[in-house]
Amino acid sequence: MTTILASALLGVALQAPAAAQPATPNPQSIRNPQSEIRSDYAPADIAYGARLYDAQCTTCHGANGDGIAGVDFKGGRFKSAVTDQDLQRIITTGVQGTAMQAFRLDPSEMAGIVAFLRNMNGFDRGSVKPGDLARGRSVFQGKGECARCHRVDGQGSRVAPDLSDVGSNRSAGALMRSLTEPSSQMMPINRPIRAVTKDGTVINGRRLNEDTYSVQLFDERERLVSLTKSDLREYTILTVSPMPSYKTLTEAELADLVAYLLSLKGR
Amino acid sequence: MTRRSAAAWFALLLIVLVSYRLHAQVTANRLASASSEPRNWLMYSGGYFSNRYSPLTQITPANAKHLELAWMYQASVAGGWQTTPLVVDGIMYLTQRPNDVVALDAKTGRVFWIYRYPQPASTIVCCGANNRGLAILGDTVYMGTLDAHLIAIDARSGRPLWNTQVAEAKGGYSVTLAPLAVKDKIVVGVGGGEYGIRGFVAAYDARTGREAWRFYTIPAPNEPGGDTWQPCPPNAATFCDPEAWKHGGGSIWVTGSYDPVLNQTYWGVGNAGPDWNNDQRPGDNLYTDSVVALDADTGRLKWHYQFTPHDRYDYDSVQVPVLADITWRGAPVKAMVWANRNGNFYVLERETGKFLVGRPFVKVNWMDTFDERGRPHQTSQAPGQPTWPGNQGGTNWYSPSYSPHTGLFYVSAWENYATIFGGTAVEYREGRNFGGGVNRPYVPVPGAPAGPAGRRGPINNWTEAVATGAVLALDATSGELKWRFPMTDVTDSGILTTAGDVLFTGGREGYFQALDARTGALLWKTNLGAQIANGPMTYEVGGKQYVATISGLSLCVFALRE
Repeated sequence: MTTILASALLGVALQAPAAAQPATPNPQSIRNPQSEIRSDYAPADIAYGARLYDAQCTTCHGANGDGIAGVDFKGGRFKSAVTDQDLQRIITTGVQGTAMQAFRLDPSEMAGIVAFLRNMNGFDRGSVKPGDLARGRSVFQGKGECARCHRVDGQGSRVAPDLSDVGSNRSAGALMRSLTEPSSQMMPINRPIRAVTKDGTVINGRRLNEDTYSVQLFDERERLVSLTKSDLREYTILTVSPMPSYKTLTEAELADLVAYLLSLKGR
Repeated sequence: MTRRSAAAWFALLLIVLVSYRLHAQVTANRLASASSEPRNWLMYSGGYFSNRYSPLTQITPANAKHLELAWMYQASVAGGWQTTPLVVDGIMYLTQRPNDVVALDAKTGRVFWIYRYPQPASTIVCCGANNRGLAILGDTVYMGTLDAHLIAIDARSGRPLWNTQVAEAKGGYSVTLAPLAVKDKIVVGVGGGEYGIRGFVAAYDARTGREAWRFYTIPAPNEPGGDTWQPCPPNAATFCDPEAWKHGGGSIWVTGSYDPVLNQTYWGVGNAGPDWNNDQRPGDNLYTDSVVALDADTGRLKWHYQFTPHDRYDYDSVQVPVLADITWRGAPVKAMVWANRNGNFYVLERETGKFLVGRPFVKVNWMDTFDERGRPHQTSQAPGQPTWPGNQGGTNWYSPSYSPHTGLFYVSAWENYATIFGGTAVEYREGRNFGGGVNRPYVPVPGAPAGPAGRRGPINNWTEAVATGAVLALDATSGELKWRFPMTDVTDSGILTTAGDVLFTGGREGYFQALDARTGALLWKTNLGAQIANGPMTYEVGGKQYVATISGLSLCVFALRE
């Protein structure tokens, strides 16, 4: 988040209490004693949103989300936002005539803020531990062997998608699921391709572009290859990711890794 | 006769012939029998039956692989170029953004003249500076404008002859379709379905520009059909507009058709306003999402058929009404065949509007059955659930084609495409957007790019997961699928067929391709590099058949290699 939320979300701006001490939740350690976490929001998103909220929204809205008259996030009381799209629009455009200004959030941040606002009541801050960015980088470069396939800021392989800005365009929840269930989060353009030419040459790769008659890809040796479909004996789009599941990591390591990935905002 | 006098007679004959070619007027009779002069393309869809079919036969499945670029013409204003050129005796007339008319040599692409309509400071159009073409009658070409005027232009000089205001532009009215010349009148309709207009079709005297008749696609309360804009219920739970009909939409933004024998002109009507919040306009909302048959002399309604009553999906029914004389259940029928944005294929009897056939050509879940009169039984989805087809429809405004030679109806379809609709209350304000909804594209794979409302760039990263395109060949009497040509990306291209049994079409990928109209087999393709968003057309000059399409800013004309 590049803009300080110095004004009210969704309501008339009033002087708000000072920001509370930021919570640093562990995405995998959210407790939900009252079972009020809505199942359509990922715990990792809620935790990420809580961190963003605590750092930048509490100035006006308060730690409990009731700092603005007529608005009570924790109680589920919003002035005009019915849907998540309403929330996104208000955060993006601000509210004219109030101190609620427009904020530029990347999709990861927006997903987190919305998830937290919708689940403020059921989210137990005290039970979570922070993911550590530096430790996450160590996991990425070491135990996880992520750089064998992925690339960050010019370092690593091009075989799998470049992750230099993954923290901007994938939500915390999606990143967590990508680590534990890679195929479930694989974007269609990243589905592995297996092509066999008429002379029997096998080409495995990752698509960059495709149309009715041709496909452009990175092959296993990081070469740019363009294939004409009518020249192929076989053309298969696989739906199982070659990336292994990282359920083998501890919860803390996964949280660290997500924290690191969320920090990758591109240039 | 001496040799000298024979030469003199020959020279005189040549002068007469040449002068005829230069000065031959496009009479109403020529328009009515356009198929008898296949060298020309005299109106938007080629002929009054709107088949986008040409009797030309020089290009065939056997020789289509020898097609090559003959010439190109480059426009200078970016944006989707949706026009269909006309060709009259070797002269091509076309519109280009925003409201220019160009006359050029159809053999070389060299320009005779350009007329530039002076644009007002601002116009109110939903979807860019679109214009889909011209009408021609006599020695005059006619163009609608973005600020809702109708302009008559001398076809030889490019000089304007008259300028009539069709509607008030500040109210969101525009004219983006190619006018239709019928007898001594020029017929147009108005766009603005996203701005709360009250739509209409109107005819103007071709010589003077004086309005001859007007048919409102939204009836007033005291007119037939007015009761389909029902009063608001007392204590309505949600916002309800007691005067919804006054800004009920019903835009007309694609050219209609005409049956000279029945003297009926047919027009597809656009969505109701607001587009997505049908709660605030109770009733069927005639004549939105309908086809209307009008007396060509008076504009009086002869019949109507409503494809999507009380629409909440923006299922404009502006598709070109394709007229076809078919055999149905063993008897000849004057039919109208229609692939609708709502995902259904229809056959109507065009003298009375009787419903004959209705069946889906793509996945449909907004309705499940038809009653005997063709009224759909609607099956709304629960909030947050996807509706097929999505907002852009199973097809849209781009021209289909009917080949009398194959008996097949061809349509560009969007498959695997849905939207999660959400209507919200909206109050009418003149010239302001009147959509009334927050819709989300249905994304079946988490994290997949959403879309596809506008054009994609040169990179197609949506792949097979969301919305793919296809050309579908349907039996024109039943809608039964005969063949399917799948595309990776969706397509906004129209379709042309010829008596040579060649089908021409394009797509968002930038390919222009020729298919065998009988089998769907690919005959030839070329990559033009940018989206094709118009309907291809064909003509002949000097004994050579040409095929024209538009890709990006380029009008590209192809012919067989010599």
